[in-house]
Amino acid sequence: MSTLARRSPSQTHRALTADDMEALAIGAWILGTGGGGDPYHKLLNMRQLYAEGRSVELIDPMALPDDALVAVLSNMGAPLVGQERLADPDFAVKPLRMMEEHLGRKFDAVMALEIGGGNGVHPMMVAAMTGYPVVDADTMGRAYPEAQMTSVAVAGLRCYPLTMADIRDNEIIFPRAASWRWMERISRKACTEIGSVAATCKAPRTGAEVKQHGILYSVSKAIDLGRKVAQARRAHADPIEAVLEAGHGKLIFTGKITDVERRATEGFLRGKAKLEGLGPDAGSDMVVHFQNEFSVAFKGDVPVVMTPDLICLLDTVSGEGIGTDVIRFGQRVSVLALPAPEVFLSEAGLSAVGPKAFGFDIPFKSVFEGASA
Amino acid sequence: MSTPMKRIGIDVGGTNTDAALLDGSKVLAAVKTFTTADVTSGVRTALKELVAKAGPAAEGVTAVMIGTTHYTNAVVERRNLGRAAAIRVSLPASASLKPFCDWPADLAAQVVGGVHLVHGGHEYDGRELVPMDEAEVAAAARAIRAAGVNAVAISATFSPLTAACEERAAEIVRNEHPDCHVTLSSALGRIGLLERENVALMNASLIDLARETTQAFVDAVAASGLNARLYITQNDGTVALAEAAREYPVFSFASGPTNSMRGAALLAGIENAMVCDVGGTTADIGCLVNGFPREANNVVEVGGVRTLFRMPDLLSIAVGGGTIIGSDPITVGPRSVGYRLGQEALVFGGSTVTSTDIAVASGLIDLGDRSKVAHLDPAFVKAALAKIHETVAESVDRMKTDATEVPLLAVGGGAMLIPDRIPGISEVVHVEHSNVANAVGAAIAQISGETDRIYRDVERDEAIAMARAEAVESAARAGADPATIKVIDVEDLPLSYLPGKAIRTRVRVVGEAAALAPEAAE
Repeated sequence: MSTLARRSPSQTHRALTADDMEALAIGAWILGTGGGGDPYHKLLNMRQLYAEGRSVELIDPMALPDDALVAVLSNMGAPLVGQERLADPDFAVKPLRMMEEHLGRKFDAVMALEIGGGNGVHPMMVAAMTGYPVVDADTMGRAYPEAQMTSVAVAGLRCYPLTMADIRDNEIIFPRAASWRWMERISRKACTEIGSVAATCKAPRTGAEVKQHGILYSVSKAIDLGRKVAQARRAHADPIEAVLEAGHGKLIFTGKITDVERRATEGFLRGKAKLEGLGPDAGSDMVVHFQNEFSVAFKGDVPVVMTPDLICLLDTVSGEGIGTDVIRFGQRVSVLALPAPEVFLSEAGLSAVGPKAFGFDIPFKSVFEGASA
Repeated sequence: MSTPMKRIGIDVGGTNTDAALLDGSKVLAAVKTFTTADVTSGVRTALKELVAKAGPAAEGVTAVMIGTTHYTNAVVERRNLGRAAAIRVSLPASASLKPFCDWPADLAAQVVGGVHLVHGGHEYDGRELVPMDEAEVAAAARAIRAAGVNAVAISATFSPLTAACEERAAEIVRNEHPDCHVTLSSALGRIGLLERENVALMNASLIDLARETTQAFVDAVAASGLNARLYITQNDGTVALAEAAREYPVFSFASGPTNSMRGAALLAGIENAMVCDVGGTTADIGCLVNGFPREANNVVEVGGVRTLFRMPDLLSIAVGGGTIIGSDPITVGPRSVGYRLGQEALVFGGSTVTSTDIAVASGLIDLGDRSKVAHLDPAFVKAALAKIHETVAESVDRMKTDATEVPLLAVGGGAMLIPDRIPGISEVVHVEHSNVANAVGAAIAQISGETDRIYRDVERDEAIAMARAEAVESAARAGADPATIKVIDVEDLPLSYLPGKAIRTRVRVVGEAAALAPEAAE
């Protein structure tokens, strides 16, 4: 029953408050599984924009007309670069305007490519600048490093056109690509060339596509997660417990970082972090691999949790997400797993985002197997 | 066997200047005096009293190690800060989030001495972002001079990888504005433009205070007649030679609490505990792990400003012996009478109600003239003390990491303000000589050495070994006994842009102070 489409605007449109932005930043950082960039700079921009009197409206994806045109936005690149080249709303709007010019048509709404990390907040900046509403959905339900690792790619939707803007006066349009992987390869090369950070507008989606293939209500979910963590902190309760409860997750390991190896290659930040167990995990070690995001965690030779399950490293005390770019010796962290969006558990999904896609020749096994709802 | 090491540790707090004479880990003598406005006379008095008290035991002191909370107090209390201008070399990137953008408004109002964004900076791979616009830098420097601002912090995109823009900009600034002190962000912080820039801006705002304060220390030690090297203690429990330390007050930000925690651990013989150090202006709460402060994992806020550099994990609250207590409604801080406690507190004949007066009126301590607080309403005294206790207990709880009960070491001149019972704390241990724990911690600080450079065409292990050797050498040059030097931190960052293999490696080592050159040793 398509009851949602008949909801009144007050049910389908919600004005997001400045507090929602604070909660979104916390939640998105947790769902970022180490990547997507720390949302802090984007949050700072949102505070400035709200202080200037701008605001953002969130809309229910099911209220989108089938023929609505939705811009899928992201900031592409290595998170490390984002710590030095700070997010700028003017620059984030550029690829959207380029796409409108390319298509000869205006958008009806914007949405996030990925809810995880700074990219969960990225479309909010564009919405605040342009007045377009933000759709309560994304295409990953988390953060992933590559273009083919989305629900819309797994569904085989069209991968082009894509627009990309540089802070210098370089504008790049990718009118067509043979596949999502080709789009990834070509756009990544361009991104690396302009400093491993670029504002992008991905292949536009129709309302019908979003409704059928988007990861729905992920913005609300991130805001909810962030709010629960903030509440737990205020009440001196355990924020890790709050994340596990709100995100239906599992605690995998508690320990301390003893070594971090990272290298920036081909526009990615790759490497691994070694953990020494504390508390109940004392005496055992863990190695967590990452390619922008955490991908697979091993105890000895045994992989214990792997993508597409979300692997979140959180500060044991504050519950704050820890990025692969800032993870440091001595940090005390809790390794959590949150369930993956259903679409990634299919054969096509696993081929796009399973452990093999990250160079690990191991069969996927979810920590939630047998316990799936 | 190495020569027994006699060292003097001095802690210059907002209220008190303490000194302790140690032989190895044994406290031979300790004194407590008031901090003075000029700093020098307080340190001089402390040294004189200590030497007099120790008698012949004071012979053969080879090092004086001074720690101070002066710089943190300046930021927390928003006083003695200079104006600082920011020059950021980053355009066309990072334009919307300007320098100072995440500073508390009241602090920014005092410090901001101009914000200048210019074109330039680097990419992560070492290429130029755009060529640096030297004319823009020069124009910024002239504007800063015209505004009468004499301290500048220069930041540039990816300066930890290549400091070329910051260094060239500094040359231009010095050329246009010769009286200007320049702090480069690349000398202070890590990757993370805003936080590194914040540290540099704070350093710039404190530079006048640091120069005055360090000179005061030098003068005081010279006047004491001791033939000893002067060291300034750093955030991580190590020391640097005074002439090196004076340029970087931010590296001493947390040295007071670090010294206090390390001193308390030594004095109490307890290496794992919570520590609450109540000074004149603030109380610092931290956690001791094997005798060293637990290190902060993340960004550390100083006076509400986000920073990212090596710091102990601490919570500073505005509760100290000199904290001003307001009535109707009852307020605790954040202002403190600071070093003027000896004149302004009621019990010392002043007219300001401080937490020390509340402690005396409550019978927690006998200090000054008790009759001067007799007129205070007992209900007010009780409520004010309850409010202080509540604040302390809540903050201790915030710093605890799990529910297990642990001891709490009560330290500092204001330790009487700590309640006897705190939820989650097994016992509150008042440490012997606790009121000079900072001075003791300063005296046992170790000498550090650091190297931070790029190695080419070598494997990671080899680069680390080379960096380690250089760091050991620099520590030995600063006066560390080579036999005692050990590595405390290794950080490496591969640089994919340079031809062949390139790796930036940073190694930090510490060692015990060696005996001085023969003429100074016994």
